[in-house]
Amino acid sequence: MINWLANPARFMRFSAAVLRWFGWATVAVLVVGLYLALVVAPPDYQQGESVRIMYVHVPAAWMALSVYLFIAVASGTALVWRHPLAEIAAGAAAPIGAAFTFVCLTSGSLWGRPMWGTWWVWDARLTSVLVLFFLYLGYIALVNAFDEPGRGAKAGSVLALVGVVNLPIIKFSVDWWNTLHQPASVMRLGGPRIDPSMLVPLLVMAVGFLLLFLSLLLVGMQAALNERKALALRLNSMPAPGRVAGREHPMPAQSPVR
Amino acid sequence: MGDVGHYLAMGGYAAFVWPAYGTALAVLGGLAWHSWRRYRASTEALEKLQREFRPRR
Repeated sequence: MINWLANPARFMRFSAAVLRWFGWATVAVLVVGLYLALVVAPPDYQQGESVRIMYVHVPAAWMALSVYLFIAVASGTALVWRHPLAEIAAGAAAPIGAAFTFVCLTSGSLWGRPMWGTWWVWDARLTSVLVLFFLYLGYIALVNAFDEPGRGAKAGSVLALVGVVNLPIIKFSVDWWNTLHQPASVMRLGGPRIDPSMLVPLLVMAVGFLLLFLSLLLVGMQAALNERKALALRLNSMPAPGRVAGREHPMPAQSPVR
Repeated sequence: MGDVGHYLAMGGYAAFVWPAYGTALAVLGGLAWHSWRRYRASTEALEKLQREFRPRR
């Protein structure tokens, strides 16, 4: 399946066909998820209604980590097999991951204020997630810092792979250091320790966020492919030396082609 | 009305719950809108280029 889709032209046709379905599925699942999270799910016996922030915060945090892992795997693939689609996938995933990380940080802060009595603490979990957010921003800045898309993607791939060391730190920070942030309740050995009345809305929201990621990834990859194709078309239509031209350094005025 | 007000008050946590959902909606919705616009613009630009550079008959 992956090999079959690795052909960019085939990928374009496939992604155009499934995009509509992904989009509608995302909307449907998120509407159901929001209804479950905001209406059906019970208030917590200790945290009251503030526990509803969890249904945004936790799925956003899962996506923040998963999307980074996706970028790292795609970057590794791009570096080793030099596949253009892999670096396009990594580049398209980065803004989505940054958005999820931002949502995770803000919702966490808004949850921390009433529950911990503070908007922010410099503990291991919060700090490592903030570092993840800066890794996303750094990756995006680096990829876009070059005129030639391929060079930026290569530099970004190296950064993404180096930043992977942060992922286990985030995941296990709540076990290694005992601070305000609670340890894992769902993804732990021995199964989730959370009541089904809260677990189900949480998982529905998580599926909704995952679908949102996949939809936005397809849209972003299509856009990047279109832009690269347009750039190649413009370069090919240039007279002889052609290759040096980029957006920032237009060729001097010349007579029309042929 | 009392019921809606009671619901919106979120047991006294309205000032935290609604901004959390609002930020998520604004950030993710904004990203979705921006991505879609970029996709449409790039498709149109490419189609225009392809028409321009089609070999003359």
